[in-house]
Amino acid sequence: MLFPPTDSVAAPPRVVITGAGVITALGRGWKPNAEGFRSGRRAFRPVSLFDVSRQRVKVAAEVDVPELAAQGSDTSSFPATKLDGRQLDRLDRAGKMLVLAAQEAWLQSGWQTTDASAENLPLVLGTTAGGMALGEAYYRQAVGQPSRHRQQATRAVFYQPQVQARMVFDALGCSGPITIVSNACASGANAVGHGWNLIRGGQTERVLAGGYDALGQLVFSGFDSLQALSPTVCRPFDAQRDGLALGEGAAVIALETLASARRRGAEILGELIGYGSGIDRHHLTQPHPQGSTTLAVMRQACIGAGVTPDEIDYVNAHGTGTVLNDGSEALAISEWAGGRAATLPVSSTKASIGHLLGGAGAVEAVVCLMALREQWLPPQLIFETPDPACKFPIVQQPQDAALRLALSNSFGFGGVNAALIFRRWA
Amino acid sequence: MGVSRIFVAGLGAVSPAGWNVAALRQALDQGEPLPVQSLARPGWDPPLPARLVPNPATRPEFLAHPRLRRSSPITHYAAAAALEAVGRLRANAAAKNFRLGVVACLQSGCVQYSCRFYDETLKDPATASPLVFPETVYAAPASHVAALLENVVLACSLVGDPSAFLQGVALGAEWLCEDRVDACLVIGPEETNWITADALRQLDRTAIVAAGAGALCLCRDHELSAGVELAAITDAHTFSARLSRAEAAQAMRRQLGPQLPGELLADGIGNSPRTDAIEVAAWSDWTGARISPKRILGEGMMAVGAWQCVAACDAVAGGRFAAASVSMVGSNQQAIGARFVH
Repeated sequence: MLFPPTDSVAAPPRVVITGAGVITALGRGWKPNAEGFRSGRRAFRPVSLFDVSRQRVKVAAEVDVPELAAQGSDTSSFPATKLDGRQLDRLDRAGKMLVLAAQEAWLQSGWQTTDASAENLPLVLGTTAGGMALGEAYYRQAVGQPSRHRQQATRAVFYQPQVQARMVFDALGCSGPITIVSNACASGANAVGHGWNLIRGGQTERVLAGGYDALGQLVFSGFDSLQALSPTVCRPFDAQRDGLALGEGAAVIALETLASARRRGAEILGELIGYGSGIDRHHLTQPHPQGSTTLAVMRQACIGAGVTPDEIDYVNAHGTGTVLNDGSEALAISEWAGGRAATLPVSSTKASIGHLLGGAGAVEAVVCLMALREQWLPPQLIFETPDPACKFPIVQQPQDAALRLALSNSFGFGGVNAALIFRRWA
Repeated sequence: MGVSRIFVAGLGAVSPAGWNVAALRQALDQGEPLPVQSLARPGWDPPLPARLVPNPATRPEFLAHPRLRRSSPITHYAAAAALEAVGRLRANAAAKNFRLGVVACLQSGCVQYSCRFYDETLKDPATASPLVFPETVYAAPASHVAALLENVVLACSLVGDPSAFLQGVALGAEWLCEDRVDACLVIGPEETNWITADALRQLDRTAIVAAGAGALCLCRDHELSAGVELAAITDAHTFSARLSRAEAAQAMRRQLGPQLPGELLADGIGNSPRTDAIEVAAWSDWTGARISPKRILGEGMMAVGAWQCVAACDAVAGGRFAAASVSMVGSNQQAIGARFVH
C-alpha cells in the first residue's frame, strides 16, 4: 500500500548503485562517456534535428541515436530489447535514449526478470518534455493538414512520459509503479533522490531511477528567445560567460539496499548517501541572487549523509553557464564550503555535453559515480577568468585525484533545487 | 516515519461548475451533465465540444500577485483551488507559520502557452515571446502557488494519467510522516484548448474535455482536520504486458477491501462505454451510493482525479457518509484507489 507507510525500520538501509546506463553526445554507455568526461571533450555541433536558421544560436550537443531498421531491412543498429518493431517505431528520440540507458543499467546490475522484485520494481524518472517531438509533430499536422488524422492518436498517447516509462518496463521484461517527476531541470536529481527515499523508507529493496530529455524545437527556441543560449562558447563560472548550451541524453541507475547487493554478490559502483531538496520562490526562471535555497539543500544533503563540506572531494555544479545561475550557485557553494572552498574542486560537465534539462541531474549523478570509481576530475577545458564569486577552483585540466565523496547540484525553472551526495565504493 | 495518521484540513475546487467546492458539490448533487461549449479548431469546421471553467463572478484577488501576471489559466485554477483548500489552516493562528509542501499533479499541463509558443516558433522563432516560454513547463503552476503562499518549503510536480493524483497524495503524506512539512497541498490542475480537445477526440469520440483543478490540504494534526482522515491508498497497479488494465482494476478493488457501512464510492466513470467497461466491471458488486464526477463535469484529465478526491472528502466532511472510496482506473498508466473516513 502507498499509504499507510510500512512500519519504520530501526535504521534506514544503506543504498548502493549496482547499475548505470548513460547516453549523451559523448556516446552511448559508460566507457565512451567516462573517456569523454575525463578528457573534457566538448560534443557540440550544428543542430540537424530541426531548422535553426532563424535562431540566434545554431549548435547543440546532439546524440547519435542508434537507427531502427527501415521496413523490410535488417540493418538496425538499435540494440535488441524485448520491444517489438511496432513498439520501437512508436518511440521518439527521447524514448529511445531512455530505453537504451535503462537497458544498460539493468544489464549491469545483474537483475533478472525472474527475480521476485521484477514484478514490483519502482521506476522513477525525471523529464521536462517527455515525448515532446511527438507533440510537436501532432501540432504541425493538426495545423498544416487539419483533415489528416493518420498517426495522431498514437502521438497523443506516446508523447506522455508515463507511456514511455511503460515502454522501459516492456523493454526489460519487468513492471512496477511509475513515478514521473517534472521539476524542470532538477527533475533527474529529484527522481534519483525520490528513489533513494523509497528504499530508505523501507518501501522497496530496489529502484530504477533516472532522467531523460531530447532536443526539441520548442524548447530550443524557448531558451533562445530568453537569450539564455550562449552565442559563443558555454563557459560555466567564467566571468565572461554568456549563456548555456543545450544537449540531450538519458541516464538511469539501479539503486538497491546494500544488503540486497551483498546477498547477490553484485558489483557496487558507488553509494548514494545524501539528498536535499527545496524550493526557491524568488522567481519562475531566476534563482535568488544569494543562492539561499541552493545553500540550504547542500546543507540538507550533508546533514542527511552525516558528512561536512570539508569531507567533500568534488562538486559537480549545476553550472549552466548563464550569468544568473552561476553567480548565485558560486555564492552558495562558497558559503557552504567555507574554508574548504579554496581547495574544493568544482566543475560543470555541461561544458562538455550541454544542459540536458530533465536528464541533467541523472547524467551528472553518473558522472560523479565515474569520477569516484575511476578517481579523476572532469575538467572544463575552456575557462579563462573565474567569476569573482567563485572562492573555489574550477577543474580546468584532466587530472587524476583521490576522491571519496562527490556532491552534485541541480536546479530547475520554477525554483526546485536538489543536491545528491555519492560515496566511492572501495 | 514517526506519524502515520494523516488528515484532510481543507478542500478546494475549480471546475466547469464554478470556482469553489460548493459549486462542485451542487453540480454533483444535481447529477446532470453540465452544458457543453465549443472550441474552434484551426482549419476544421465542426467545433470541438468542451466544458470550460466559467469566468469568476469577480476577479480573484490573487491575480494581482506579481508572479501571476503572465501566468496561464492552469495556474489560476491551481491557485484558486490551493487558496480555498488552505483557507481553514491559514485562519488558524496555531498554523500560521506552518511549513507547507506543494505537490502538483498534471497530465496535459500548460497546453495553452505551449501551443502559443510553438506556433510563434514555427512562424518565426526570432519573434517567439520569451515571456510565454517559461509558463510552458510542467513545474510552473507549483512554482507560482509556492510564491503565492510564501511559506512553502518543498514542492514537486508529478506527471501521469489521472490516477497519478493519488500518487501525489501519497507523496504529500510521506512528507508529513517524515516531518519535512507541517501541511501539504496536493493539487490537480488542468487547462484545455483546441489541441487537447482534438487529441481526446482521436482517442475517444464520446469524451468531452474539461478544465479546472482540485486540491486537498493534508496535515498531521487531528485538531486541524476538517473531519476527514486518509485511511488508505492502494499500491499503484501499473498496466503492463504482465498486468492488463482489467487485472489492474481488479487488483486495486481487492486491495481496498470490503465495502464499509455508509460508504460512498467516487469513481472515474465517464460516458464512454468502451473506456469505462473495465472500471464498471471492477465495481459491479458495489451496492452503496456512488458519484461519477467525470460524467457531470467532463474529462478533466488530472483535474478529474482531484475532483473525485475532493467530492469524496467533502461528502465525508459534511457528515453525509461515514467513509468514501475513490477509484481511479487511469487511461494509460495504472489503477489506484483510496479510502477516506470520518
